[in-house]
Amino acid sequence: MSDQDREISYAEAVREAIGQAMEADDRVFMLGEDIGVYGGAFGVSGDLFERFGPERVRDTPISELGIVGAAVGAALAGMRPIVEIQFSDFTNQAMDQIVNQAAKIHFMLGGAAEVPMVLRAPLGSGTGAAAQHSQSLEAWFAHVPGLKVVMPATAEDAKGLLLAAIDDPNPVIVLEHKLLYRTSGPVPEEAFRTPLGQTAVRREGADLTIVATGVMVSRALEAAETLARDGVDVSVLDPRTLTPLDIEPILADVSRTGRVLLVQEAPGHVGFTSEIAARIAESPALYRLLAPIRRLSGLDIPIPYAPQLESAAVPQVPDIVEAGLTLIKES
Amino acid sequence: MAHPLSDPATARQALATMWEIRRFEEAVDDLFARGLMHGTMHLSIGQEASPTGVCLALRDDDAITSTHRGHGHCIAKGADLTRMMAELLAKETGYCRGRGGSMHIADVDTGNLGANGIVAGGIPIATGAALAYRLRGDDKVVACFFGDGAVNEGAFHEAVNLGAIWKLPVVYICENNKYGMSFSTEKSMAVENVAEKAAGYGMPGVTVDGNDVAAVYEAMETAVARARSGEGPTLLENVTYRWKGHSKSDKNLYRTRDEISEWQGRDPIVAFETRVVEAGLLGRDDIAAVRDEVVQKLRAAVREANSAPDADPSDLLDSVYASA
Ligand SMILES: Cc1ncc(C[n+]2csc(CCOP(=O)(O)OP(=O)(O)O)c2C)c(N)n1
Ligand SMILES: [Mg+2]
Repeated sequence: MSDQDREISYAEAVREAIGQAMEADDRVFMLGEDIGVYGGAFGVSGDLFERFGPERVRDTPISELGIVGAAVGAALAGMRPIVEIQFSDFTNQAMDQIVNQAAKIHFMLGGAAEVPMVLRAPLGSGTGAAAQHSQSLEAWFAHVPGLKVVMPATAEDAKGLLLAAIDDPNPVIVLEHKLLYRTSGPVPEEAFRTPLGQTAVRREGADLTIVATGVMVSRALEAAETLARDGVDVSVLDPRTLTPLDIEPILADVSRTGRVLLVQEAPGHVGFTSEIAARIAESPALYRLLAPIRRLSGLDIPIPYAPQLESAAVPQVPDIVEAGLTLIKES
Repeated sequence: MAHPLSDPATARQALATMWEIRRFEEAVDDLFARGLMHGTMHLSIGQEASPTGVCLALRDDDAITSTHRGHGHCIAKGADLTRMMAELLAKETGYCRGRGGSMHIADVDTGNLGANGIVAGGIPIATGAALAYRLRGDDKVVACFFGDGAVNEGAFHEAVNLGAIWKLPVVYICENNKYGMSFSTEKSMAVENVAEKAAGYGMPGVTVDGNDVAAVYEAMETAVARARSGEGPTLLENVTYRWKGHSKSDKNLYRTRDEISEWQGRDPIVAFETRVVEAGLLGRDDIAAVRDEVVQKLRAAVREANSAPDADPSDLLDSVYASA
């Protein structure tokens, strides 16, 4: 089996990236709740504790504000911390350090200091964990100048984008979808970097552009297969990083197909795809549209517990297919 | 509102409550293992004396706030087992109509202001409820449950200090089961007992054997009297242990089998049964009857919950805002 064909899971890819970064650079260390002998709530840190020991894989008390603040301080003082927040919902506990401190320090200090830290956290619904453990808050972070925001959708990107995030001299929020942890894909073994700010074209088609983030990328690709059987040829684009946002490939694809469907799990109201819609509307791509821009998002509700309510709350593959067909009919 | 060893009726009630908690959670564990329940669950098996002793010292109109490990609090405060089970089974008749699940059960009618998925999330809320009772001239008390892990959140510090400076009618109850998920209290704090922290806020701190329902009751009775009379909060620490893993995904790598079985040997229910018999309050046949009644009650609850209609997605959008 060649290197290119090796398949590992998304969780393993994250772990491999952290392991390689820690081997290569003594400044890199990890801190978070239950990342030691427990191996992380989603099993991501796994054996890193055995490999690197309790100094560099630091189990912490349940103190998100303290943990993130300690990472900010360590980053200012020359380290490269990687914080794991057990569920992205608990970044709420740490918002002062993320938004008021980490995001602004470089700017406020006139460039005198840097905060090269990574905050990783699982987001999203689909596990029956209900409203306080299932949110998709990516748009909040993307709205704060000074933060970079990454949403890897494949195992390969989980590794490559994380290594790039660790190299980056800025605070980077990496939001990993919890349903993706167990999905697998080909991932090169070497410590490769996937630059932040490059939209990926996951599939190219002539009739419709779908832009999707996070877990919606694989759902969009699945929907594209169904749409292909209905004679609709679909492009699927994955921005991968919300900030910095690489909009050009999206505008180019939309100009080519004349139709665009924007898919996200987060509630639609003031969501990230609203930004993409605005960028399209502000560009000459607008003149090429054959139908109005269409968004498909989570309902504007907290995520419910019951499985049938939870799946009704966010876009599923048949919803994407239906929205795609409607768009075609409207044009 | 009586000491669990004061008379046969109260002893029976305390025993029944503890068995209800135990059997409810065993049923949940079983439904989960059989794939009939969704999501995640945090079981408090082994900790039943704490909520039972606490709630025995409360009036019916007093309030509680609860945690992710909250089935025991809910039951001890008087919740309906069928509606709880229906919630966990994602039914329309559940306490939250299937929207909340195990971590979000509230039962405002019995004074349960809600479980919480956020560690320490309930501590400021309990403090605010106590403030409301004070402002409204109500003589109600709030019992605020949280775990040892919650003490390390900023929310604990801020809320407990508010309770102390405003002398609010709240009792802060730390159920110290030695672990916050995998992290032991030996590692998570540099003092031995949570109750020691009370000194920093200017309130009494009391550590009791949380597996002794009578000891919990006695400490709580004193704390409630203090809170109700306007002298302010107490930090009560009930030392206990959870027999099961933190949640369904726990492999128990951070503790030993010996430690678990040692604590299983300190079963709060068995200990209480022995005491009530020795005190001559109940006979062995009374105890057998209590156990049997609880089993029947649980079976009926599971049956009834199972036959209820599934939670209905059609009005999800109308569930977000309260109507004016
Ligand atoms: C703010 C926040 N951080 C982390 C978690 C994840 N989590 C849920 S329960 C738990 C352990 C809580 O420990 P403790 O307070 O001792 O309560 P116990 O589970 O032992 O009853 C953790 C880390 C959470 N729900 N909320
Ligand atoms: Mg605990």
